[in-house]
Amino acid sequence: MSLVHLTATEQKRLLSTGEISSLQLTETYLDRIATHDGRVGAFLRISADSARRRAQEIDARRRAGQPVGKLAGLPIAVKDVLCQRGERTTCGSRMLEEFCPPYSATVIEKLLAEDAVLIGRTNMDEFAMGGSTENSAFQQTHNPWDLQRTPGGSSGGSAACVAASMAPLSIGTDTGGSIRQPAAFCGVVGLKPTYGRVSRFGLVAFASSLDQVGPVAQTVEDAALLLEVIAGHDPRDETSLPEPVPAFSASVGKPLENLRLGVVPDHFAAGLDSEVEAAVRAAIETYAGMGATIKEIALPHAKYAVATYYVIAPSEASSNLARYDGVHYGYRTDEPAMLAELQAERKQLAAEGKQAAVEELDSALVRMYRRTRAEGFGPEVKRRIMLGTYALSAGYYDAYYLKALKVRRLIRQDFNRAFEEVDLIASPVTAAPAFRLGEMVNDPLAMYLVDLYTVSANLAGIPGISLPCGQTSAGLPIGLQLLAPALEEDRLLRGARMVEQATEWHTQRTPNLD
Amino acid sequence: MSISRADVVKVSLLARLQLTDEQLNEMTEQLGQIVGYVEQLGEVPTEGVQPMAHAIELRNAFAEDVAQASLSCGEALENAPHHSDEGYLVPAVLGD
Repeated sequence: MSLVHLTATEQKRLLSTGEISSLQLTETYLDRIATHDGRVGAFLRISADSARRRAQEIDARRRAGQPVGKLAGLPIAVKDVLCQRGERTTCGSRMLEEFCPPYSATVIEKLLAEDAVLIGRTNMDEFAMGGSTENSAFQQTHNPWDLQRTPGGSSGGSAACVAASMAPLSIGTDTGGSIRQPAAFCGVVGLKPTYGRVSRFGLVAFASSLDQVGPVAQTVEDAALLLEVIAGHDPRDETSLPEPVPAFSASVGKPLENLRLGVVPDHFAAGLDSEVEAAVRAAIETYAGMGATIKEIALPHAKYAVATYYVIAPSEASSNLARYDGVHYGYRTDEPAMLAELQAERKQLAAEGKQAAVEELDSALVRMYRRTRAEGFGPEVKRRIMLGTYALSAGYYDAYYLKALKVRRLIRQDFNRAFEEVDLIASPVTAAPAFRLGEMVNDPLAMYLVDLYTVSANLAGIPGISLPCGQTSAGLPIGLQLLAPALEEDRLLRGARMVEQATEWHTQRTPNLD
Repeated sequence: MSISRADVVKVSLLARLQLTDEQLNEMTEQLGQIVGYVEQLGEVPTEGVQPMAHAIELRNAFAEDVAQASLSCGEALENAPHHSDEGYLVPAVLGD
């Protein structure tokens, strides 16, 4: 068996005993990427040379008996949305195609401090907006289980590279399901931490009250290891929580006693694929078989979560993305062409005697902004900026944005009540398995509705995990979502590990690549 | 409440986006659909409910007022598409 088919936890053990070296492991992954990524398209860039150098340096330190970090020598892929000093960080956008941040994200610094080997940057929907990675300005990513299908998104590259054994671990981000949904589509584990658990410093902002960074892994145990490294208070992020980080990787194997598992009957209503339903119900049965109490609960406002999210997230995005103005960093339109265009418009209007329209023409600066943003952003990003600007504009603010903030509180209150009765909530991650590439590109609203099961956790700020719980008859992975109260990642991981240990889904390999 | 093309034209200026006629038509239709969907929020009774702007509420994050290292002028400018030694350059703001 190839090294790439071991879990990160197993690789870590072999590295620590000296049975394998980090260089050997890194080379094995680089080979694997060279062989398979042409078809999968998970990576935007590979850092082969710096990864080799770093692996050698860590191997040397280990051989010399010096202390090494918790991730020492393990290759890790990072979604192209976290700033790393001197390394291009594109967010899947033309706007940031050449952007080299002058500083590093806290998550990157933490990975490096624990001696991870950063192997490459993964593809994503532009500015993390989307659920299929088709909104990347640079390339399409294919689901390793069926190359005609989407890996999900927006962290599609991060999920696909782990599914295809091109990295043992990766980092994703989740604003409305962008870690959990691709994890489900690709048959891997993905965890969105409690809001504030992981620093957002150096994470390129999409919707600041919802964004979280989290791990993607082959197993729950591996996810625990990676979360333990990236979590923790950061004074550079004012929304970071000053809470101690439990040793998740030490406790993950300990089953929860007297587990009360909540199930929401509405989650199994019309619209749910029958094979997805069967797999999720089977996972719930597995818990029952282990002695858990299964309890029906209600989340009465959950049906409004998508509508609430698609007011709040675009509103925050429209404000956050105002910074891309062609002035401070990123793309700028061709200035002489812009001025010539403006001049021609002015002449044309004057010739037609439309003096009022001449007065209303953009100034050169405003036209520079508008052309820059028109050329630098793709259609989905524009749509969300427009939607958010509309929702925040005079006359509509109360009806949309303020209303959504109130419903957001009701959604959180539902969870607060539910967690008085249960320890974890189990549900599907998505209503259906991975869809075909191109299937939804012309129907933005249908695309948004895919987020039905995932957005509530972001709105409420609670942690959630997606883990494999079955396959369709066509061989596509199916995910189980578990949700826990804020800061209960330890409970979430231990609960997830229980069903993982009782089943074999996490050991399934992508048949089309091996 | 539906979105008119005139609304979309106005919002495109507020959003600092230049849209073609075709894009304005498409955007009017798509935003109309999305806003139509979002309007179901109107049926939720929210009287007396406090808006929730953030997952972490009512917590101030104070920091000591101590000067710390920050980006140099050169580092702050190095990604700018058009800059001088000491600042960002933009098209003439006055006199056009």
